[in-house]
Amino acid sequence: MQRRSLLAGSAALGLAAPGLARAQARTEIQLWHAMTGALGETIGEEVKRFNDSQGRTTVVPSFKGGYVDTMTGAIAAWRAGSPPHIVQVFEVGTATMMAAGPAIKPVHTLLGEAGITLDPKRYLAGVRGYYSDTQGRLISMPFNSSSAVMWLNLDAFEKAGLSTTALPKTWREVRAAAEKIKATGAAPAAVTTAWPTWVLFEQMAAIHDIPFATKANGFEGMDCELQLTQPFFQKQMDFVLGLQKDGLFKYGGRDNAAEGLFPAGEAAIGFNSSAGRARVAREAKFKWASVPLPYHDDVIASPKNGVIGGASLWPLSAKNRPVEEYRGVAEFFRFLSEPALDQWWHQQTGYVPLTLAAYEKSKAEGYYTQNAGADAAIIQLSRAEPTPNSMGFRLGGFVEIRNIIQEELEKALQGQQTGAQALENANRRGNVVLRNFERANKG
Amino acid sequence: MERKTVFPQRLLPYLLLAPQLLITAVFFFWPAAQAVWFSFLRQDAFGIRTSFVGFENFTELLADPTYHEALRNTAVFATAVSLLSLGLGLLFAVLADRRIRGAGLYRTLLIWPYAVAPAVAAVLWIFLFHPQVGLIGRWLNGLGLGWDYKLNGGQAMLVVILAAAWKQVAYNMIFFLAGLQSIPPSVLEAAAIDGARPWQRFWTITFPLLSPTTFFLIVVNLVYACFDTFGVIDALTKGGPAKATETLIYRAYVDGRVNLDLGMSSAQSVVLMVVVILLTMVQFRYVERRVHY
Repeated sequence: MQRRSLLAGSAALGLAAPGLARAQARTEIQLWHAMTGALGETIGEEVKRFNDSQGRTTVVPSFKGGYVDTMTGAIAAWRAGSPPHIVQVFEVGTATMMAAGPAIKPVHTLLGEAGITLDPKRYLAGVRGYYSDTQGRLISMPFNSSSAVMWLNLDAFEKAGLSTTALPKTWREVRAAAEKIKATGAAPAAVTTAWPTWVLFEQMAAIHDIPFATKANGFEGMDCELQLTQPFFQKQMDFVLGLQKDGLFKYGGRDNAAEGLFPAGEAAIGFNSSAGRARVAREAKFKWASVPLPYHDDVIASPKNGVIGGASLWPLSAKNRPVEEYRGVAEFFRFLSEPALDQWWHQQTGYVPLTLAAYEKSKAEGYYTQNAGADAAIIQLSRAEPTPNSMGFRLGGFVEIRNIIQEELEKALQGQQTGAQALENANRRGNVVLRNFERANKG
Repeated sequence: MERKTVFPQRLLPYLLLAPQLLITAVFFFWPAAQAVWFSFLRQDAFGIRTSFVGFENFTELLADPTYHEALRNTAVFATAVSLLSLGLGLLFAVLADRRIRGAGLYRTLLIWPYAVAPAVAAVLWIFLFHPQVGLIGRWLNGLGLGWDYKLNGGQAMLVVILAAAWKQVAYNMIFFLAGLQSIPPSVLEAAAIDGARPWQRFWTITFPLLSPTTFFLIVVNLVYACFDTFGVIDALTKGGPAKATETLIYRAYVDGRVNLDLGMSSAQSVVLMVVVILLTMVQFRYVERRVHY
């Protein structure tokens, strides 16, 4: 305070050096994020590049814990009247943020007010769809996106007498491979998955063009209902339970708990986020490959695009927040949308490139021939024009719904209930969550 | 004989009490009052739309079968954790109380676990019990016991009970040890001269004389098991598999912080508050009467 008034005083006297005057004029932007370790350092580097690139705005990144902690913290801060300017929110929190009306400033409004044009078409279809409204306008800023892919232990495949070039594409082929792996004892377990709900149900619904919920998976209104009792989910559930019954599937726990099993060589086929690539590269002591998720070829001949995971950046509003602070946020977002930066971010972190340009450039430079399989998630995200079933999900209380599906799946895997009962219970309990969300957010 | 200090001034006692009262008010009464108020509201996550719903949160909560399940889990969990940690604490205290070489070092080592943060302790237990990478987990599977706490609810409960109890054993041991050392040796020596065997001496003299300590520790352990074990459960099982290890406090956390349903979470906190008040009242009214001070 004292220093600032001193500076102001000296500026008024015309004594301040030009550099000092500029430093004084910089607007500070708070960015709350949830990236630890190497990812956190990459954010730091990214922000530093932005701060050095211009003289008006300083972005201050702070790590606020995991995704849940970061989001809850930002909400608490908004309630207390002093929210950060930008908060990183994971994709399942999207509906909650969108329903937050006055608390957020949609990206298209923010950029419009700052006079910045940003064509959403520069983003990959799967990325754009998830964070846009029904009119195709960006609500939040795409930031770190991934998709689920299938990881294969090629040493185990070889040991089991399987081809290491013609890799499984369909669930039927996955099952056949798993049977051979089990029969030959090539790995302690054949198949496992991290993020069970995301991989086995959400991604599958999108890829097979099946509605997960009515109203275009919630994009068209909060009065949507889950569709988990539909025959497709029954088929998928039976398939997973069948794998487990025959000793081909190893359940490794909720969320990311199972992601260590594949790199440790405990499971020969693992499903996980494409962002797990760095860990596999570091820990796996065998030859491996990453390929798009399998599909049921008797349901769909050419699979649709998968959905993204990861997070986006949300500009928050606050009472009396000066215009120049919003402008600073908008400039930072414009900086993030530059393909060159995006390409750097993609190769640095293992997240998918957000822009088509960054993808094309990486491809032209031979990045994917040097890093085989690094484009599996990108191909999966961009191989088809998104349908209402593969745009993404906008379900209120989605975190809770995911956990409910996990719980009911666990009960079915334990043998406490049949697959049909699990889906029925998940559907009923999930719909209660949707109705509560609708009730709390209407009016 | 009772000694009384009389303050001639009116203001001084209040002034001296003020810091503590202020802390109690700000950190205990104010949040508790807010929880009670929030439990009657329905809000979106940001608190933009708020409506007063009376007892609706409570009726929905009490009608929810998964809440009854959490209640049962809590009863099993709290009882098992308290019995286990009290039993082991007493055992270690009795052993550490003996005159042996290096008793100081021995005692210090026994106290160590208490200094380990719950989340860190849970990670250690994961290294031991994880079905694929854990030391004991792999060994159990090697024996063909089918150890898999990620999918077996009973095993998951066992792991969180062990982890939570282990954490509390050191604390209990310190208090039991202090209790044991305050028992006059002459009583025990007299009994020994009268021909009482060690086992008899323990049950007829030591244990009854320890009862104030035991009573205090029962209260502390139950409160610990009910309210302070969140970190262990979160790190080990996240309340799963299915809902096998979801206790009341863990559920209140999930509903409030993860699911962002503050009304429901507050209603659960109020229920917990009532339960603790009742529990403490019952303990002081009935159990304390049978305690020798």
